Formats: sequence, structure tokens, C-alpha cells
Amino acid sequence: MRRFLPLLVLAVLVLLPYSALFNAPGTLNLLALCAVFAGLAAGYDLLFGRTGLLSFGHALYFAVGVYGCAMLLNAGLSLLLSALLAVVAGVVVAAVLGAVALRVDGIAFSMVTLAFAQVGAIVVARDPGGLTGGEEGLTVSSGIPSFLVGVAQTVNLYWLALAYLTVVLVVLHRISRSPAGRVLAAVRDDPRRVSVLGLSPYRFKVLSFVVSGGLAALGGVVYLMIVGGASPHVASSDLTLTLLVMVVLGGPGTRFGPAIGGALFTFLDYKLTGYADRLPGPLSQPLFVLGVLFILAVYFFPGGLAQLRTRMRLPGRA
Amino acid sequence: MILDVAGLGVRLSGLDILHGVSFSVPPSGVTALVGRNGAGKTTTLRALMGLSPYSGSASFDGSVLSGRPDQRVLAGIGYVPEDRCVFAGLTVLENLRLAERGRPDHDLVYGLFPELRDRGEQKAGSLSGGQQQMLSLARVLQNTNRLLLVDEPTKGLAPRVVTSVAAVLERVAASVPILLVEQNLAVVRRLASSALVLSGGRVAWTGGADDLLDDADLTKSLLGVGH
Amino acid sequence: MTTVVLLAVTGLGLAALYFLVASGLSLVFGLADVLNFAHGLFLSAGAYVTWWASSWVALEVALLLGVAAGVLAGVVVELVLIRPLYSRTIEQVLVTVGLSLAGVALLQAVFGADPRPFPRPSWAAGVVPVLGARIPVDRFVLIIAAALVFLGLMAFLRYTRYGLIVRAGVENREMVSALGIDVRKAFTLVFAIGGGAAALAGALAGIHFSTVSPATGSSLLIFAFIVVVIGGMGSVPGSALAAVLVGLLQQFVNYYGTSGAGDVCVVALLAAVLLWRPKGLAAS
Repeated sequence: MRRFLPLLVLAVLVLLPYSALFNAPGTLNLLALCAVFAGLAAGYDLLFGRTGLLSFGHALYFAVGVYGCAMLLNAGLSLLLSALLAVVAGVVVAAVLGAVALRVDGIAFSMVTLAFAQVGAIVVARDPGGLTGGEEGLTVSSGIPSFLVGVAQTVNLYWLALAYLTVVLVVLHRISRSPAGRVLAAVRDDPRRVSVLGLSPYRFKVLSFVVSGGLAALGGVVYLMIVGGASPHVASSDLTLTLLVMVVLGGPGTRFGPAIGGALFTFLDYKLTGYADRLPGPLSQPLFVLGVLFILAVYFFPGGLAQLRTRMRLPGRA
Repeated sequence: MILDVAGLGVRLSGLDILHGVSFSVPPSGVTALVGRNGAGKTTTLRALMGLSPYSGSASFDGSVLSGRPDQRVLAGIGYVPEDRCVFAGLTVLENLRLAERGRPDHDLVYGLFPELRDRGEQKAGSLSGGQQQMLSLARVLQNTNRLLLVDEPTKGLAPRVVTSVAAVLERVAASVPILLVEQNLAVVRRLASSALVLSGGRVAWTGGADDLLDDADLTKSLLGVGH
Repeated sequence: MTTVVLLAVTGLGLAALYFLVASGLSLVFGLADVLNFAHGLFLSAGAYVTWWASSWVALEVALLLGVAAGVLAGVVVELVLIRPLYSRTIEQVLVTVGLSLAGVALLQAVFGADPRPFPRPSWAAGVVPVLGARIPVDRFVLIIAAALVFLGLMAFLRYTRYGLIVRAGVENREMVSALGIDVRKAFTLVFAIGGGAAALAGALAGIHFSTVSPATGSSLLIFAFIVVVIGGMGSVPGSALAAVLVGLLQQFVNYYGTSGAGDVCVVALLAAVLLWRPKGLAAS
């Protein structure tokens, strides 16, 4: 019975828009964003929680998805083609950068990923050839099919985002159950053992990096659909840091923890921004509240929400 | 007994390196800790120094051994690690000065290691293996210790240097008990009064050092060598 | 020719800022293994405290207060947030990430997100002719400040006991502990030094750019990180050399190439150094 719980939850989520409580376009828009970030956080966790790689440059691949798809749509390509090419671009960039960055370990690796992402952010801001729109970003002027445009169609965006989240979780689940997934866990916990077995930790790390990057680019495409445009903040290191916060709050390395963390963070961020003028002083800044919560979580709940659940002995897997 | 170890267990990366290790070190003389590669000898010393977490307990001179490594050193335990671990970028004098505690006995140090006297300003990284070992020992011996934990001091050294190191340890052992991890059985024979054999993370044998070394079959089966 | 001189001096001025931020980071990383994202906060603390205090007292005094604020911030962060997480490296990094996010948000709440004008003292105003070029004096202020800090740090490392402990600890922290030395005090000390140097950088950056904003910390910090990695973690001379390389490279390429190309080149330099000498330039 327990193994059907995720499917049950998915069914509930799919049917949510039919209830009076959740059918307002504003709510659906928020839920769609929550779903996208849940997927992004889960994809990031493949690197952090499952392979033990602390990358500070994840936003770059997300940005490739967002900007890539936007630029191709504006150039006249169909949505399907633009999305496909954008994801391929994300995979290629992740493969190239990952191959270089993973030549070094530990903190140097983190630094390189940060530096590469920073270049990306600079390139986006400098607006080479007018392609990226600089500080103002890009709006998509054509190419999005009508069933995704307009207030009444927000529900379709929600289902699209939910589909993305499901894809990410299924891919992650497949990987963790596969022999490759066990190698990744070994790479995270005891890399020497992996080499002793004759396997190359490097190759598996690159694999993890590429899959994670591709999933991020896909998330970028979906995000573009929801938001309707690209802006420079999708490439910022702050975005990666917030992904990290989402994963840690939710519980790194767990099956649903990062996704829940992502959804919860996005929700809280939105709500706190909405209450900003009613909250005193620093509380008006959502990142302040979330940053402090994060610090407290690291101290008292290093396993995140997932650990909380185990502590309370509710059903579920870790 | 100056050191009593009970049920020492160490688990690293999900593997049990040490399992229920119990032994005692007498308050004088050299106790040799021997065993094949990977048996857990270095892990034992590191655990006793607080350099890795462990289960079980150890008591030093009657009181429970606990706390950070520096606290254990202050309690009177001197540690000479495997592979020397001198600070390569610091000079010989700086290495010595760093480790000074209380009133260090410089005469003793230069008496034991005359070569170091002229090399005060030399960077420790440029010393030979034997000289680095001397420095590693000198750092610890300049202070007053109540117990010494020494890990493979003759590893990788030329025979003549091995003899010098053994001579130094013999002199020191007259006043301070030593728990000595050693692979070189000739050195063990020269220095040790009691011996303790580790195998696969457990204590396989304890007794007099000569009893172990005189019994060729026992030595071969426990240590895999004849000597 | 005059352009080259101006670019060179400006580049060195930038290098001075990077060095001030990077030197503390490098020591903290080399000794304590902590990747301190909150280092940018020390920078902002210095900038904002100096800015705020300058309306009550003379700017020179305000500068000292700013540096003191940085030192205090460094000590508090280490004692309260880092020390309790002894040897849990990932958690330490995460906590500094949280701190940096919360800290920038706090600054935004208190001071607003917009840049505020920063006072320029008379001794940093004006222009000096050098080799036919007219160089703003504030560049030299930066360079001299960084040079003094460099000399001070080298003297500290070479001639004091704590400097000895730091040098040994950067090589092998565990061994220092195994020789009977409580390294924790050295940790707090390097955090204090790092905080002070970064705060000085923040205040001087305010003078140099004539503005202060919550974002200044993060942008300088990223390049400081790059300088630390290129120079070699734990090495003060390495940071100095790397800072000069990065500062000059950035200035010249940004000017002669397109704006932003300099930043790309710096990152390319980082990648190149990492592939060729992963431990940084200072490693032998």
C-alpha cells in the first residue's frame, strides 16, 4: 500500500485545480512555480545529496534552458524544437564545463563551478549582439502555443510544471535504483572504494553533472513558459544558493525531501514578499527569514524535513 | 598499568577497522604493537590520541582519557606519527619551538640528535628521511612525557639510520614507557619487553616480546614473516 | 602610453582590493578548511559602519571603526557559528551561505538596496601626475594600504607564535593539535584578521567607487575567491601575486577588448591554473 502513496499524491496534485480552493489563476501560477522549483531542487540534489558534489554554478544550466528556448522561439522556431535544442544545449554545456571542473576536487571544484556560472551571468548581462537583452531580459514574442497562453490556460501551465516534476523524480528514482546510482552513492561516501573496484569516479561524476544539468535546462524551458520571459537573475549565483538552501531544508539525498524543500521555499518566498510591507524591519526581506531558518536548520536538523519526518515516525522512505 | 584500553572500536566509511580491542601498557619499558599491514595499528594510536572517533574506553594513569588531541598531549602523552609529519615549510628550529611545552630540554635533544644542531635554519622539507624522523622525535622528546606513542619510526630508513633511531628509543625507554608500532622485528627484539599482535582489527596475541619472536611458527602465522 | 599607466595603476588598485579580501579568506581556508561565503559581509560591515560613522566623526576615525566592526564580525561568526560545527565542513559552508543570504537581506532592509554616496576624504581626492598620466590619488591609497597589510601579515606569520601556529596549521592542522596546541584560538584569530582586512577593503572600496551598496560585498567576493584559488589556499604571498595578475588582466582586457571580456579572461585563467597546478601558484 505504501508504495502507491506517491502515485496517490500525484493524483491529488493533478486533480487540485478542480477544487474551488485551488482554481484561481494566481494560485495555480504560484503552484506551478513551486512545482518547477521542486523539480530543480530535486535535480540539484542528484549532484549534492547523491553524488556529494557541491556545485555553486547550477543556475547556469537553468539559464541556458530559459535563455536558449527564449532566443530560439523569438527566432521563429516551434516550441518543441526550441525546447529540445535548449535542453541539448544545457546537456552539452554541462558536459564540457563538468569535464573541466571535475578535474579538481572539493573546494576547488566548487570554486570553478562558481566561476563558470559567474561568466555566464556576465555574458548574459553584457548582452552580446543584443541576443540576451541585458539587464532587461527577453520576452517571448512568438511561438508559444495557445493552450499555454492566457489567464484561463494557467491550469495547463500548472500541469506542465507538474509533469516536469514527475519526470525529474522518475529519472532520479531510476538512477538511484540502478547500478550507476549505487556507484554515485559510493562516490559520495568513499571514493577510494570506487577506484579500488576498477571504476572511474570521474566518469560517474561527469554523468551525474550532465544529467543534472540537462534536467535543469528542461526546468528552464518550463519556467520560461510560466513566466513568459527571461531575465538575468536566472543566471545568478544567488539562484544556485537558494537551490542549495531548498535541498538542505528538505533533506539531501532523500527521495522527496529536496522537492518538498523546493516547493516550500518557493511558497514561503512568495508569501513573505507579499507580506513585506506588513512585517517589521529585516523580516520584510524574505531572504533574511529564509536565511536564518536555513542556519537554524543546519544546526538542529541537518537532515532537513526528511529527518523530521523520520523523527516523528511517520510512514515514508528515506 | 599506565594505559588501559577496553573494547576500543573504530568505524570509518562504514567499515569496522577496530573491533573490541583491549590491552594494557605497563608503566615502564617498550610495548610493541605489531601486525600485518592494515591490521589497525596506526588506527589504534590515532584513536588513543583523539584523532579519530572511537567507541570503548581508554584510561591513562587511572583517569579516563578523553578530549581533544591537544588536551591529551597536555595530560602527558607524546605522539610521534607515522611518516614523520614535520612541517616542511617551517625551519628545524621553528618545528621544535612550535611543539615546546613547559621547559623543554634542549640539551637532551641535541645530545640525542647532534645533526639537528647545525641545521636550525634549514627548512624541514629539505631534510633527509632520517633527519626528518630525528626532528619528529626531537619535537616530542624535548618535553616531559609520561607515555609515548610512536608509530613506525624506522619506516623507509637506511639500516644505519634505523640503528640510530633504535638507540635513541632505547635511551628514552629507560625513563618513559613507550607503545611502539613497528614492522621491523629486529628493532622490536632489541627494544620491546612486551608485545601485542593485532590482526584484522582485533587483538590476536599478547605476551612477552621474546616469547613471540622466539616462536618462529607463531611469528609466521600472526605476522606472515619469519625472522 | 598614458593610458597604459592609468590602466596599470587602476589595475593595481583593484588588485589591492582583491588582496585585502583574499588574504583573510585564504588563511581561513588554509587553516580552518572553511569556505566562508559570509566574508562578503565583513566587507559590507566595514563599508557601512564607516559610511554611517562618518556622519558623526572624522572619516579617518570612521575608517578605524569600520575595521573594528569587521574584526568583531569575524570573531563573532567564528565563535558562534563556525566553532560549534567543529570538523563538519559541509555544514560550516552551508551556514556561511545562509549567513550571506540573510546578511545581504538585512543590509537591504536597514540601508535600502540602492547605492548610497560615500564620502571622499581630502587625502584621497585629487590627481597626481605619473609618467605623463594623471592618476587619481585614491588608487595609491588602495595600493599603499594593501602593501602595508601585506607586510603586516608576513611579519605576523614570520615572527609571532600565533603566526607560527597558523603556518604550521595550514600545512597540517591535525598535527599541530597532536603536538599539544589548541588550534581553535588560531581559528578565531584568522577570522578576526580576515574580518578586519575585508572591512578595510570595504571601506576603501567605498572611497574608490564613491558609493556603497549591499551588493558590493558579493561582487568583490567572487573575484576574491578566484584570487584565493589561483594563488593557493593558505598562502599570503600567493594571494598577493594572484591579485596582481587578476587585477591587471581584468583592467587591460576590459579596456582593450569588450567590456566584460576581462572578467571572462580571469575565469579562463582560473580554469587554466586549476588544470595545470590545482594547488595554486604558490604550491611548490
